[in-house]
Amino acid sequence: MNITLAWLKKYLRTKSTTEQIAEKLTSIGLEVESISSAKSNLSNFKVCKIIKAIKHPEADKLKICDVNIGDGKITKVVCGASNARNGLTTVYASPGTVIPKNGMKLSVAKIRGVESFGMLCSESELNLTEESDGIIELKNKQNVGDNFFKENLDPMIDISITPNRSDCLGVRGIARDLAACGEGTFVEEKLEKIKINSKKIIKVEIEKESGCFQFGSCFIEGVVNKESPDWLKRHLESVGQKSISAIVDITNYIMLDMNRPLHAYDADKISNKIIVRKSQKGETFQALDGKKYTLSNNSCVIADDSKILGLGGILGGELSGTEMNTTNVVIEAASFDPISITKSSKELGIITDAKYRFERGVDPNSLEEGLIKSAKLIQEICGGKIGKINIAGSSTYKQRKINFILSNFKKLIGFEISKADSIKILEKLGFKVKDKKTSLELIVPSFRPDINQEVDIIEELIRIKGYNNIPLSEPNRAVLKPALNYQQKIFHYTQRSIASIGYLETVTWSFSNSKIDDFFSEKKLRLANPISSELDTLRTSIFSNLLIHSKNNVDRDCKNFMLFEIGPVFYGNQSGQQNTIAAGIRLGNKIEKTWTEKTIKTSAFDVKSDILHILMDLGFDEKKLVIESKTNQSFHPGRSGAVHLGSNKGPLLGCFGELNPIILNQLGLENYSICGFELYLDNITEPKKKHKDARSAYVVSKFQVVERDFAFIVSKDIKASQLISLIKSCEPQLIISIDIFDVYEGSNIEQGKKSIALNVKMQSMEKTLDEKTIEDVSQKIISSVQSSTGGTLRSS
Amino acid sequence: MNDLATLQQQIFNKFSQLKNKEDLENLRIEVLGKKGSVSKLFQDLATIDKDKKKEFASQLNILKSKILEEFNKYSSKFGQDELEKKLHSETIDVTLPTPKKPQGKIHPVSQVIDELTCIFAELGFSVAEGPDIENEYNNFTALNTPPNHPARDMHDTFYLDENKQTLLRTHTSPVQIRTMLNDKPPFKIIAPGRTYRCDSDQTHTPMFHQLEGLYVDKNVTMADLRGCLDYFLKKFFEVDQIKMRFRPSHFPFTEPSAEVDIGYEIKDGKITIGQGDKWLEILGCGMVHPNVLKNAKVDSRKYQGYAFGVGIDRLAMLKYGINDLRSFFESDVRWLEHFGFNANDVPSNYRGLAR
Repeated sequence: MNITLAWLKKYLRTKSTTEQIAEKLTSIGLEVESISSAKSNLSNFKVCKIIKAIKHPEADKLKICDVNIGDGKITKVVCGASNARNGLTTVYASPGTVIPKNGMKLSVAKIRGVESFGMLCSESELNLTEESDGIIELKNKQNVGDNFFKENLDPMIDISITPNRSDCLGVRGIARDLAACGEGTFVEEKLEKIKINSKKIIKVEIEKESGCFQFGSCFIEGVVNKESPDWLKRHLESVGQKSISAIVDITNYIMLDMNRPLHAYDADKISNKIIVRKSQKGETFQALDGKKYTLSNNSCVIADDSKILGLGGILGGELSGTEMNTTNVVIEAASFDPISITKSSKELGIITDAKYRFERGVDPNSLEEGLIKSAKLIQEICGGKIGKINIAGSSTYKQRKINFILSNFKKLIGFEISKADSIKILEKLGFKVKDKKTSLELIVPSFRPDINQEVDIIEELIRIKGYNNIPLSEPNRAVLKPALNYQQKIFHYTQRSIASIGYLETVTWSFSNSKIDDFFSEKKLRLANPISSELDTLRTSIFSNLLIHSKNNVDRDCKNFMLFEIGPVFYGNQSGQQNTIAAGIRLGNKIEKTWTEKTIKTSAFDVKSDILHILMDLGFDEKKLVIESKTNQSFHPGRSGAVHLGSNKGPLLGCFGELNPIILNQLGLENYSICGFELYLDNITEPKKKHKDARSAYVVSKFQVVERDFAFIVSKDIKASQLISLIKSCEPQLIISIDIFDVYEGSNIEQGKKSIALNVKMQSMEKTLDEKTIEDVSQKIISSVQSSTGGTLRSS
Repeated sequence: MNDLATLQQQIFNKFSQLKNKEDLENLRIEVLGKKGSVSKLFQDLATIDKDKKKEFASQLNILKSKILEEFNKYSSKFGQDELEKKLHSETIDVTLPTPKKPQGKIHPVSQVIDELTCIFAELGFSVAEGPDIENEYNNFTALNTPPNHPARDMHDTFYLDENKQTLLRTHTSPVQIRTMLNDKPPFKIIAPGRTYRCDSDQTHTPMFHQLEGLYVDKNVTMADLRGCLDYFLKKFFEVDQIKMRFRPSHFPFTEPSAEVDIGYEIKDGKITIGQGDKWLEILGCGMVHPNVLKNAKVDSRKYQGYAFGVGIDRLAMLKYGINDLRSFFESDVRWLEHFGFNANDVPSNYRGLAR
């Protein structure tokens, strides 16, 4: 909503400046977005002086003028006027200016090979007189660079009006609010009287369920439509509105003045009577904006016998509007159902000032006032005779009463407001107040649809009283619940743990590109209105975005990094169908060649090590983590593993491995061996025992540790974990650790077999192990491996 | 007797001329070897008169122990010299570069969420969460924004179905509804999380982060709200004083509603938060609308409270001088390394929010 101080002063007696008013407005919730000069076309016309005028070399009648326009530079203008001469003071219009006579917009143009920056103007071009012979000759006294038109527009205050404050979509409402907070005095108007001197009236029928409650009209016959007088033009232009014609300008003026949208019809274009009804499906409507709309059966239309005249409360029709030659006018002031207006304007994609106002609420009691004010102005400016005001339909408005218990203000806000203050503020805001000792009985003014209950009154009072009067209480530190629950703690620990082993945390959108994300799941969770085709689906995996961004990093020449994200992925498009997952990837080499080390490529075992490290950070006992080779489609089918808790049927905690080369190919990342892991945080459940109770007793042996190395040749498909658990089971009490220190396939080893070398440590709780015991255990290991796997001891 | 003293003198003189371990060994042989000068005197004992023998033997033993002592002294001296020489020859070039250990980082959004959690946990708030996919009731209707309410237009909503029933939450406020429906008052929660709006330009991203706060009890007032936000802003920006302004505004789910501005100034291209004569809009808040309490099955005659919502990304930008919102979500590893936080920098009340 744009206003000027000048307009505001119609309703507000104040001596404050625009800036002071602006500050006040913001402090009462009418937030000033900016103060600026409305760009008036008229301000483009400047007083200038021709320094030198010489003949155009290519044209006899044209002159090339060096013009001083007051900016300290010389501007070249090509001019055809015979009186263009050295030293003449005249009027200059810059490129971009619209010439009032013909509506042409000036641009920098080459005239017969010479560039001309703007134009020197004649009186007729400025619509001043009919004089078109030569350019304007001004007296030398005029200051070069001054505006030629002396109507410096008031600065425009742009206010962002919140959706609840429809009353402030009119200058009068804003003035009332200002007066309530002590900024000036509100000028109350009495409802004007008009002299009815025409018998003309238009018949109006409102059909049931039309979306219109009341339709007020006033017939004015014998008008002469014309250009608006200066004061009216200036009011509109100063708030950024274009002046069209007196009749249209008057309706716009009233709308901006008191938030009462009006519409003017050319009465001669209405056939017989006005019918307000619901549109029929497929009906078409030629609107004022030059477009043709096909309607559904939902819109409220203003029609006559044969055609649609306008979309009620939204937009007028082209076939019924007023024109310069209009002689008979019907003014409409109506009351529409806001929901119906929202629906049809959304359906048709139309946004207008009227629609905006009706959606938010227009004073249902303002029909008559709007008609009277507009009729009076039309008569004043355009002449004519005014017919009787005719209001069809019945108002649905019910006066609202609210009982405000004074003490409730303090209860909610934290400090007391006096009764006198309350009454003063509320009366100034337009409430009727009855003092009931401890409470006030209030009648809500009809222009405040936003006030429905006591809390709204409290809001009005504190708003006007000033939010900065609210005291600051010392925060209450009562704890009702622990800050984080178990799941949230796990999230936090996981996040910090992953970062601690070298991964960079990133945050990416929860949506992704379906072209990539579809590789990770069969689920297709498309957005109905994606912001772009590259962000068209909810992500089913964090890897999709990590890989897309990895590609971007590679393209930026970052080819060695570890990246992770922790957040939601989706498995359905219903609320709650999401899991919290942490996923990390390693791209590039694990170790880059240095003077001490050779390049080592990242392998699935690096991410295995990462995931196990993280799980141990989370408190899991490594011994209880079971590695399986079955994973999901994110990974290379042969080079990935899954981590279960307890057994391979236990909860799936995570997966790791090389990412699926098929997907990497898709992104052009096939040359980067990318490995990754996923942790399924929702599968981590709170253990029964608290951490402080979960630790086992501290028992260590004081006897010597004995080591033995073994190398077995086993079938290739024997898994390391099988061998280890087999050996462990030989003597679970004595064997304290088994480490694989070599795995070998190739020459010297039979095809289809591999050699695995292990180091076994033994220790007893009771004694130092003697040679015989050690030998027995060793034999047991060898025979057990032999019988269970067919493996043989490798002869060295 | 004098002979022994002379001998000792001679031997000790030789000690002082020793240069290395070999000289020492030679001297040992010369003195204490089988045919050594002192060994010889021991052999001579047998020939000495009984009455003088005891005396002489004692003198001789003293001499020997003195010599041995001297030997040990020189032996360890030469050993030390040698070791030093050896160590010296083992010198490495410590300026050679070492393999780099990858340095992980925490994203600024996560860090700020942890900072906020730390601050509000001290005030007794607990963290609540809600799903990213919401139904239109929780996101709008229950929050006193019925269908066709103009305020819905202010949220460019992502929908998951054509009927506009399921959507990506446009704010964290639906967590208020979920929390209140699932539990009994009083409520004292914060809800950080992802939020979505179909909007993308220099200063808007289709996904961003908000932190919702809700405190509902029997006597929670707007003065408590002001006090809480003043505390929070001071703690967060790590300043002793903060210029804070409450400005009336409108949110359907609070009444009265306020927008909170904080003072700032820009000096030498650097922004200072908390002072100065410029205002920066930082969060929205208000007293929970009785209609919202009703929709969440809370008795609005008994309970009242406040709610607030703050943009987490914006807080991070202000506090850590990050100019471009879009860069938060681009996963540029150079950016992550630059603006990220050490994994050990966990905000806590005793260690402080930050180093």
